[in-house]
Amino acid sequence: MDIELLSLITEEGRRVPNEILDPWVTDVDTGQLADLYQDMVVIRRIDAEATALQRQGELALWPPLLGQEAAQIGSGRALRADDFVFSSYREHGVAYCRGVGLDDLVRVWRGNTFSGWNPFAVNMAVPQVIIGAQTLHATGYALGIQHDGADAAAIAYFGDGATSQGDVNEAMVFAASFQAPVIFFCQNNHWAISEPVGLQAHAPLAGRAAGFGIPALRVDGNDVLAVLAATRIALDRARAGGGPSYIEAVTYRMGPHTTADDPTRYRDANELEDWAAKDPIDRVAALLESEGMLTPELQAEVAAAADAAAQGLRAGCLGLHDPVPMDVFTHVYAAPHSELDRQRASYEGYLASFEAVGSEGNS
Amino acid sequence: MSVLTFGQAINAGLRKAMDQDPKVVLMGEDIGKLGGVFRITDGLQKDFGAHRVIDTPLAEAGILGTAVGLAYRGYRPVVEIQFDGFVYPAFDQIVCQVAKLHYRTRGAVSMPLTIRVPFGGGIGSPEHHSESPEAYFTHTSGLRVISVSNPQDAYTMIQQAIASNDPVVFFEPKRRYHTKGEVDEEAELSTALPMGRARVAVEGTDATLVTYGPLVPTALDAATAALDDGVSLEVIDLRSLSPLDYEPLVASVRKTGRLVIAHEAAQSGGLGAEIAAGITERCFEYLEAPPIRVTGFDIPYPPSKLETHHLPDLDRILDGVDHVLGRPYAFRAQEAGA
Repeated sequence: MDIELLSLITEEGRRVPNEILDPWVTDVDTGQLADLYQDMVVIRRIDAEATALQRQGELALWPPLLGQEAAQIGSGRALRADDFVFSSYREHGVAYCRGVGLDDLVRVWRGNTFSGWNPFAVNMAVPQVIIGAQTLHATGYALGIQHDGADAAAIAYFGDGATSQGDVNEAMVFAASFQAPVIFFCQNNHWAISEPVGLQAHAPLAGRAAGFGIPALRVDGNDVLAVLAATRIALDRARAGGGPSYIEAVTYRMGPHTTADDPTRYRDANELEDWAAKDPIDRVAALLESEGMLTPELQAEVAAAADAAAQGLRAGCLGLHDPVPMDVFTHVYAAPHSELDRQRASYEGYLASFEAVGSEGNS
Repeated sequence: MSVLTFGQAINAGLRKAMDQDPKVVLMGEDIGKLGGVFRITDGLQKDFGAHRVIDTPLAEAGILGTAVGLAYRGYRPVVEIQFDGFVYPAFDQIVCQVAKLHYRTRGAVSMPLTIRVPFGGGIGSPEHHSESPEAYFTHTSGLRVISVSNPQDAYTMIQQAIASNDPVVFFEPKRRYHTKGEVDEEAELSTALPMGRARVAVEGTDATLVTYGPLVPTALDAATAALDDGVSLEVIDLRSLSPLDYEPLVASVRKTGRLVIAHEAAQSGGLGAEIAAGITERCFEYLEAPPIRVTGFDIPYPPSKLETHHLPDLDRILDGVDHVLGRPYAFRAQEAGA
């Protein structure tokens, strides 16, 4: 099966026409392209800073997005405030687009909490760790949108590994059956920890959608403009009552799965070099330069924004308060639960018994 | 008061909940036109529309996962799992998502789902249609677990479960669906016994018999039979399996000093073990005999021609009662081996 890979900006940074995508980005002038460029530079810097924070022992773990900036910024910037995102754990770029605070981005990874933000404040669920589970949540949310008669959409982000999960396939069945306004946004970054995409599929992942009766697009995931266009196409279909869409954004995980991973054990350095030549940021820089837009002023502005974000992230991370011991019991249930309440009271008394002993010793 | 079957009572409770709250939607396999394989949702799609009584594709994880998404959007999904043995494909979504989302999001996201599961044996079904998986769910923090035993509780508690902002796994004893009973359909939920509370079904003084769901009617028969034999049994219908309501249990065991726990589910790691431990911790000095469990065996649910050997019946429960009373003719097999 051969499915065309759609693009608008080549690896070398040349703008090329595409009759499917072009009509959806006619409004994107060089100024807006510069904004997308800045977003990608900033989120790459945030990602690098978070990796550094992990190396310095300030974060327990971090799953880097390095290499996937265009896939995340291009799709994230296509969304409206009333759309709802259900992501996996690597979509820091999407979270940035939704307006998630810098300290909130790392709260989970410092081990303070399981949720960095209130999902309803930014219309984005907190990171999902169970592979593929969020695709069903997005589909259910989309059913709710449909019941409400609203024209918003839900978007599920998942990786190539997740496409093997039953949940993802069931989500596509439900979405197609009910024509739910949901977008299945697959970032094919070629690796599920150590397993190459070839272990999940023998044909392009975008080809799966046809079997469910879901229209699909396969785009260059390192081309921010192509991703923006493809996402707008899918959103327009969802808003118009045209049902679900599937996007395969072909990209590459340039870093490890997480900071706990060692990709040198399973992948070839040559492959990394090949993909480095397809960098999502370099190509936009080249395009901006060819159009005379990559001025020293712009470069300084972008660098300053990246520096500020990195500093903000570091300060936010180091400023996070540790949870208090009794938080361990909080929010298990929405209403009192007699057995848990008993355990909570017992543990509270147990902890207090140490304080009592301590104060006796001091007197 | 009206006289309804157990199944009709749940149907009436669902109808009332749907009337009162437009966010209540029903989801499940065959629940629409057919009204469910047990007809519990009979007529509801006709009256409320296919957008509120949703026939879903045959994918239990899909049903639960999309219910989670609907809850995110502010809906209160009531999910029907067709049979107990079909709940396992949905287990991941229930345990990892439904049960944990409120904790994960520090209370920002509620999961007011009700997961209805017809459960238990005694209806001569093929494999996977007679199971008692409740302990999997009572072991899962974040869930509330209910098992109803009579039409009135079925009517009231399905509404309480739907009104709960916590997810509720609602076990319906399928072999009792056709049992009739009086149901007060006008009763206010606010004055009903709260969902988390057990009920003393029969008062007695000689031994405490605690059970839930399908074995409650059997336990009531046991109390009648025991009384003929001069033994006064106190029967407690747990109703709530998570949390367990220890208050009436403790009061009862402090009075009787003897405890028999009965359930259809397998013995090891089951609710009987939990209750025996909980009561021993709370009432050790009051106990005149070790608590006894009368349960299904530690076997996969057997073929229907063998199920009467697996299911605790009146005689096995009475044998357990004889045992805690220290009667010499109690069958010694009830005693724990070395």
